[in-house]
Order: sequence, then structure tokens, then C-alpha cells
Amino acid sequence: MQRLLIKNGRVIDPATRTDLTGDVLIEDGRIAQVGAGLEAAGAERFDATGLVVAPGFIDMHVHLREPGFEHAETIETGSRAAAAGGFTSICSMPNTNPVNDNATVTSYIVERARRLAVVNVFPIGAITRNSKGEDLAAIGSMKQAGVVAISDDGHPVMNARVMRRAMEFAHAFGLPVIDHCEDLNLSAGGDMHEGFESVRLGLRGIPAASEDVMVARDILLAELTGARFHVAHISSRNAVRMVEYAKSRGLPVSCEATPHHFALSDEMMVPYDSNYKMKPPLRAGRDAQAVREAIAAGTVDAIASDHAPHPGSEKMQEFERCPFGIIGLETELAVALQMLVHSGLIGLPKLVSLFTTGPASILGLDRGTLAPGSAADVTIFDPERPWTYDVNRSYSKSRNSPWDGVTFRGGPVATIVGGAVVWRAEGS
Amino acid sequence: MPVGLLGIEKLERAEIEAILDRAREFQTPKRLDSLRGKLVVNLFYEASTRTRTSFEIAAKRLGADSVSITASGSSVSKGESLVDTLNTLAAMRPSAIVMRHSASGAPHFLARHLDTPIINAGDGTHEHPTQALLDARTILDRRDSLEGLRVAIIGDIAHSRVARSNIYLLAKFGVDLVVCGPASLVPAELSRMAKGVTISYDIREAIRDADVIMMLRVQLERQHEAAFPAGEYFQFYGLRLEHLELAKPDVLVMHPGPINRGREISSEVADSQRSVILNQVENGVAVRMAVLERILAC
Repeated sequence: MQRLLIKNGRVIDPATRTDLTGDVLIEDGRIAQVGAGLEAAGAERFDATGLVVAPGFIDMHVHLREPGFEHAETIETGSRAAAAGGFTSICSMPNTNPVNDNATVTSYIVERARRLAVVNVFPIGAITRNSKGEDLAAIGSMKQAGVVAISDDGHPVMNARVMRRAMEFAHAFGLPVIDHCEDLNLSAGGDMHEGFESVRLGLRGIPAASEDVMVARDILLAELTGARFHVAHISSRNAVRMVEYAKSRGLPVSCEATPHHFALSDEMMVPYDSNYKMKPPLRAGRDAQAVREAIAAGTVDAIASDHAPHPGSEKMQEFERCPFGIIGLETELAVALQMLVHSGLIGLPKLVSLFTTGPASILGLDRGTLAPGSAADVTIFDPERPWTYDVNRSYSKSRNSPWDGVTFRGGPVATIVGGAVVWRAEGS
Repeated sequence: MPVGLLGIEKLERAEIEAILDRAREFQTPKRLDSLRGKLVVNLFYEASTRTRTSFEIAAKRLGADSVSITASGSSVSKGESLVDTLNTLAAMRPSAIVMRHSASGAPHFLARHLDTPIINAGDGTHEHPTQALLDARTILDRRDSLEGLRVAIIGDIAHSRVARSNIYLLAKFGVDLVVCGPASLVPAELSRMAKGVTISYDIREAIRDADVIMMLRVQLERQHEAAFPAGEYFQFYGLRLEHLELAKPDVLVMHPGPINRGREISSEVADSQRSVILNQVENGVAVRMAVLERILAC
């Protein structure tokens, strides 16, 4: 019997309302016991003194680029970056080539992940064929092949009727619908948030209203269809308020926030540096503040990276020519600790829930808990240890991060998937 | 980072004054050899006649060698990236690169990766610093000071690099600025760009008591959609003779060129006694000599 005993950590498991100083015993890839003073003769030991021991973190919004864009990332390299960020499970967005819009592509991703990924990979299927926004993708058979949600991330469904049908169908299969909320007519041609900074820099703007009108539309469609609707990377203060309103009415609506949207804003951009170009764009300071407040208030259900690798050849260009997106798996926990916990906005148990029970309940995953019998996915992190991010040592194939060279207070220490330590911080 | 000239925004008032004073000395054509042995590369990713030519003349008059490269027909059109092109040119060790590019911030992006000073000759819809300098020189040729003048800038402000550089420059000298045009081309945020900037959507209100009227080219190529009803631009925002009566009697009418007669300005106004459009062109050489000298003479 394979046994691992994690000793003397602060064990935080929001799912079982656990917060104690003690031990976690893993046996044969499952959580066996959680408590103080555990002993297990012959077990391998992990000294977690001064560290937090939490259920394995889940990032529900990751672009792994495989199949089709393996020069930017692969399932293997993306999963290694995830492990180095403290994640034991990641969801892969369907904008690959071919698009994950049928069971064959889903099965391919599941199979590749089984062979090469060091963390669990849960694919997200497309809403429409080729994410073109016209005909529905093979939603039912993708579900059978393993998708945990559907989304046309990056290519939002503009036709409200198509979105309605997708929600109806997905609801019947118990699949949440994730939307990258962006009215493409309002945002067309834009490169950054529309506001004072875009006027100053002479760059074309993406108005917050392009996000807001789609959040409003989708909330109304969720009410109409009964579907579970999830707002990806929420970034504007109006969008936050609408999700709050939907929740107050008891609608099955949820949202996620990315570290860059709650930590950065347009006036913090290094001008014309493509590592600050993403969709939604970095919004105004008061939008970022609204997202942080929504996290504290419980309106935001999950933190997700929107990890979007692009090779240097594509990002090292004129700002208006380079693609949108930044990598984020390895810096996600550190930015969250810095902006949310060390700032006094939320406590560690709340932070852990945003990485565990939050995404797990949206997606219906039997993960994100240390309850005995569950899969032994464990994230161990140090809330205090100072470290500096060096993007050139990233496990990702890409280098597009605005956090290069930044020194953080706190970060991941070890990542355990199914009882096996798949990553450990240097010197830990 | 080497000192070039990326924009007016961060420039000190004293520096601007020094350039404008020196430019006055260059107004009488003279040949110098203060920049002998220096190489200026003019890299133009966008078509331009007056700016490129005046940079070439300015370099020659100072005794520098200059080479002009336009995007079409060079390696640029063969798909070479901006960074690679600039690295290639930098390897030829120019003393400065004068750059015109259709993307906002292209020279700022390169300045972070190259050791060669870069002079921005217009970047997208961002800044056009030497244009603002020559505009200021042109005003100062006819007024004692910029302080307290009322200047109206009229047209597509949102997409104008000339407007941005002029707003930054004139505001540093205490000018009372009004920007005017169709609402879709005059974002409200402009009033926060600098002190003394107000916004108007009425050309008559904007040019009332103006000392200077700066007309902008309506850049149809930069508008990706119809930003105003077809055919209504000249009717509501074109400058006509009757408007001039609202301004100060000795008002100066300026335009960075090339002008669209009958679109943003009537022929009568463009050719009137009040127009200093050709003086602006003339000052282009003098101002660019002062800029090149300041950056390269050491």
C-alpha cells in the first residue's frame, strides 16, 4: 500500500468546514484520514510545518493549445505549468485546431492528457460547430466523451437564438454554459479598455458595455431556459452588479475572476507592452476594485487564470497587431494571496474555496475536497515565502506574462495529484 | 534608454522652448556640418511626402548622411517583423532612426528593445511630435507668446496624432484649448488629457474669438465604420469663410496637410490671407533640424 503522511500543516478544507493544524494521510491515491497527531508506520512523510494544506486547486479556464497550436503550448507543458502553480485540475478551452466541437476531439484530448499530463485535465467543449456561432456542436456526445462544460470562449455566440437553444440543450445534459461575454460589434477593432488611457495612448477602445450587454443577455436567457450560466473572466463593475442581481433572484448564475483583472488596471499598463493585452482588457481601476469587492462579498465563485500562451514571435509585435492573452497558471496563487489575503480583503479559507469548492460545484466535479475517500489531490502552499517570478524558467512554452521579475509574498510549495507529488518548489 | 523624441507628452517646457528658439535660427536656409559623419535612417511604414522630405532636407543641411526606406518594396513587405527590421537597421549603426508607423506606440515598443535613438515621425493615432513643434513655431512667428491664446482644434480628434501632440504642447504653455468635431470623433476623456482643454460639438462656438484654428484632415482611412451621417461632415464641421468672422480678426488658419478641399476646409479659406498652411511646411525643415541637432550633436 502506497502511503503519504502530510504532517503539521494548517489543513483548510472548505468542503468539510475543516481548518485545523494537523495531518493528512493518503493511502493508494485516496484521502484516508484528516486530523491531529496522525501516525502511519512506514508511510512517506511530508513536513508541512508553517504551510497550508488544501484540497487540490482547480483552474477552470486554461488554454492548452493542443491540438493545433503546439508551438505555443501542449497538454504536457501546460499541465506542468499548472502543477507549478499549485493546480491539480485544469479545464481546457475548446479553441484548438480542430475546435473541440465533437467527441473525437474530446476523446483525443482526454487520451493525450491521460498519457502526458501531470495534472487532471477536464475538457470544455464548444457551444457551436467550429465556434462559428451558427449550428450547435455535438454537445451530447461530447458530454459522454468527458467535457464538463461548453463554451465558445473567444468567439462568443452573437446570435441570441442560438445561445438560447444551446442553453436548453446543455441544461438537459447537466452541462454549464460558460460565456466569454463580448458583443463583437461593440468591441470590433479595439485593443484595450475604452477610457482615458486608450484616448491618451491613441489605441482603439473596447468599451465595458461590450461585456455588460452580453452578461445581461445571457442572464436573461439563463432565466428563460433554466440553464446554469457561468460568466468567464468577469471584468467590469456593471457585469459584477448584474451577476449579483441574478444571484439575489436565485438564478443558477456564477462567475470567475482572473488575477490580472482584479490586480491590474489600464493605467498600470506598460504602454504598448503586449503582455498587458488581453480580452477582456484590463479595465479601469474602479472596475478592478469592483471585482475585488465582489470576491469579498461572495459574488465571484472562482478564480481562474485564462492562461493563454502565445509564442514570442507573435507577442513581440506592434500592440495592435499582437494576439490577446497572457499566461497565468504559475503566478495565479501568488497574485491572489497578495491582492486578496495580504491586503486583508479575505481570509485563507475563503481563498481556498475560490480555488476548490467554487469551481468544483459549478462544474459538478467530485474534486476540491479532502473528505476521506476522495481523490488525493492536494495543494500545499506557503502564504509567506517570498519568491520572484522568472518567466524564462516557466514550464509553459510561452513567455507572455506581465509578472516577470515581480517578487511575491507567498506561493505554492507542492502539488499532489492522486497521491503522487508531481511538483515541488525548489529548496522546499 | 537612449534619448530620442517619442512624443510631446513627457517633454519639459524648457526643452520645447530650446528647440523652438533654435529652429528660428534655422529659418534662413543654411548649410552646416555639425552632424558630419552621422547617419540618419528614415524608416517610413506609412506613405508621407512632406514629413519624410523635410527630415531628409534637415539632415542634409546639417551635414549628416540620410537614407530613406519605405515599407513597400523593402523586406517589410516580405513579412519581416518590425523587431527584425529594426535590428537589421540598427546593426548598420545609424545615429538615429526617424520612424513613421501606422501602429500607435510602434516607436515606443522599439525604443525598449534598441539602443539607437528613435525620433517619432508619427505613430498611428497617438503622437506626431515634430508636427506640434512646427505648429508652435508657426504661431510664434506671428505672436509674441503662446500664453493666453485661444486655439480651436477641429475635426477627427480621436484618430489624430497631430491633435494629441498639439494638445500636450499648447497646454504646457497655458493655451486655452477647445477641441471640436462630431461626438463620435471627440471622446469626452480628451478634456482630462491636459489642463485648459474643453470640448465642443459646435464649430461656431469653438472658433468664437479664436486666435488660431487648427483644422485636421478627416482621415477616412482610419475610420472603421461610419462615425457620422454620410454627407454631413462639411455641413457641420467644415471650415468656411463665414466662420472666420466669429474668430479674432487676425486669426491664423492651420492644417497639417494634405488638405481635402471641400471636405474639412473650403478652398476659399485654405487659400485666404488667414491661412498659414504653407508656412507650416516651411517650418518643418527648421524644426526638424533643431530636433536632429539636439539629439545627435554631442
